Amino acid sequence: MAGLMELCNLWKSFGEVNALQNVNLTISHGKITTLLGPSGSGKTTILRIIAGLDTPTRGTLFYGNTQIAANDQITLREKATLVFQKSVFFDTTVYNNIAYGLKLNNELSKEEINNKVSESLTLVCLEGFEKRRAKKLSGGEQQRVSLARALALDRELLLLDEPTVNLDPKNVSIIEETIQRINREKKTTIVLATHNMFQAEAISEKIALLIDGTVKQVGTNQDIFGKSNKYLTSFARLENVFSGTAKNTKEGTSIIDVNQHLQIEASVSSPGKVTVHVRPEDILVSNNPLKSSARNVFKGTIVGIADLGSIAKLTVDAGKKFSVQITKKSLSEMKLNVGSEVYLTFKASAVQLI
Amino acid sequence: MTAIVEGIIKAFQLIFSIDPELYRITGLSLYVSGLAVVMASLWSIPMATVLGLKNFRGKRFIRGSFNAFIGFPTVVLGLVLYLLFSRSGPLGLFGLLYTPLLISIGQAILITPILVSFIISAIEAIDMDIRDLARTLGSTEIQASLSILREASGGVILAILAGFNRAFAELGVAMMVGGNIYNQTRMLTTTIALETSRGKIPLSIALGVILVSIVYILNISISYLRKR
Repeated sequence: MAGLMELCNLWKSFGEVNALQNVNLTISHGKITTLLGPSGSGKTTILRIIAGLDTPTRGTLFYGNTQIAANDQITLREKATLVFQKSVFFDTTVYNNIAYGLKLNNELSKEEINNKVSESLTLVCLEGFEKRRAKKLSGGEQQRVSLARALALDRELLLLDEPTVNLDPKNVSIIEETIQRINREKKTTIVLATHNMFQAEAISEKIALLIDGTVKQVGTNQDIFGKSNKYLTSFARLENVFSGTAKNTKEGTSIIDVNQHLQIEASVSSPGKVTVHVRPEDILVSNNPLKSSARNVFKGTIVGIADLGSIAKLTVDAGKKFSVQITKKSLSEMKLNVGSEVYLTFKASAVQLI
Repeated sequence: MTAIVEGIIKAFQLIFSIDPELYRITGLSLYVSGLAVVMASLWSIPMATVLGLKNFRGKRFIRGSFNAFIGFPTVVLGLVLYLLFSRSGPLGLFGLLYTPLLISIGQAILITPILVSFIISAIEAIDMDIRDLARTLGSTEIQASLSILREASGGVILAILAGFNRAFAELGVAMMVGGNIYNQTRMLTTTIALETSRGKIPLSIALGVILVSIVYILNISISYLRKR
C-alpha cells in the first residue's frame, strides 16, 4: 500500500507528560485507516498533528515523498481537514459554516460555492438545511453538518475524531455510510480516531492500535480482531468473556468448564485456568438445533433485546449470559422476543483465549 | 421646583426650535466623541485581540492595568494632556490645545481601557475551538483571529458603545484641553457646566435632556440592530 503520509518517530509532550511516544505510522493512500484506542491514548493528538493544528515535539512527517518542515503547518492544512469530536460552529447559518472554507479559496465563484454546499449537505442527508442556524440543530445533525463542511473542501486527507460518539444509531449509520461512500467514490484518504472497536472493524481497512501514546500494533482487521489480542482486551469492553478450567481432548482441542451446566469447546489447547472470549457476531442464532460442524451448541432463553440501528443485540441466558448480534430483519422473521427459546451455535475456532 | 419645570419646558422648546447654536454644539459633541471612538477602536481592537488570544508573561499585569484605568479621573487626564500640549509643553509645537482634535485624542485615551477590557472579555468568552476550526478549514492565523473577533462581535459592539457613552458624557478632558471656546470647542457637557454656573438652569436642563436622549436612542438602536 502506497503511503500518502508517514509519521516517523513522533513524540508529543505536554509539560512532563508524553502524549505520544515514538509513533511510527503510514497513512495509506485512498484507504480508511483507524486509530483505535481508549481515551487519552493519543488519537486526537495524532490527528491534530496531521491536520497541522499542533506540532510534534520530536519526529518527522512526510507527505508523499516530501518532508514537512517543523513550522510548516500551512502545507498540512492545505492537504487535510479535521472533523472534531465536539461539533464547533460559527454562530451563523449552516450555509455560512460550510461556505467558510470555500470562500477562502478565491478561485470559486458564488455559484460554485452554492453547488458545493448543496452537494455536501446532500451527502449527509441534510438537503435544504442551508438557512438553518447551525447551533440550533440537534447533536446528530450538527455532526453531519461538520462532516459536510469538511467534505465540501474536497481535501485529499479527511481526518475524523470520534465522529459518532454519543450519537443515536440513525445518525451513526448516516455518518458511517457517508465516510465509506466518500472513500469508495472519491478515493479520499481517511483517518478515523475511535474507541469503538466495532466501528473500527466495520469500516476500516487498516487499524493502528494505540495505547498510552504508543502504537502497539498496526494491521488489517483480520490481524487485529481475528485472533487473541492482549492489547485490544486491555481497553476494550469485551462481551462473552468466560473463565473456567480447561481440559485437553484427544482431538487436540480443549473443553472449558465454565460452570456445571456449560462447557465450551475451543480449538486451542491450553489446560488449566483460562479466560476465553467469543465475539457476538461469531454466534449463530436459530429456532432449532443446527446440524453443522460447529462444536458448541447451547439452548437458551432471550432475556434482553437492544436496538443498535440496523442490528439487534440479544442477551441470551444459556447457563451464562451470551451477547449475540443479528439483523433486525432476522429478528422479525424468526419472531424472536424476550422469553423466546433459541439455540446458539459457534465453532471451536471462534473461541479465543485471552 | 419651578426652575426644573421651566427647564423641561424650555428644553423641548429649544429642541424643536431648530436653534442653530444648539445643533452646532450637539453636532460637535457627536463628531468629537465619534472620532475618539474611531481612534480608540483602531488601536484597542488589535491590542485586545492579541491580549485575548495570546498567553505570555505579564499578560495578567497588563490586563489588570487596563481594568484599573477604566475609572481613570477625566480631570487628571485633562490636566496631563494640558501640560503636554500647552505652548510650553513637550508637544506644544503641534498647536493642538483648545482644538476639537485634542479633545478627541483625550477621549480616545480615556476610553481605551474600556474598549480593551471589554473586548478581551468578549474574546475570552468565545469557544477557542473556533480558532482550530478556522485553521483546519484553511484560514491563516490572521484570518482565524478575525473569525474569533467576528464571533465576539456582540461584545465588541458593546465595548464600542460603552466607550462612546463614556466619551460623549465626560467633562474633564473637554473642559481642560478644549477650553469651552464659543463656536470652536463648546460641547454639550461643557455648555451645561457653563450655563449652570451662569444660572441659566433651563438651558442646562435642555442640554442635559438632549445629551441623555442621544445616548439612550443610540443604545436602544444598536441593541435593536444587534437582535436583527
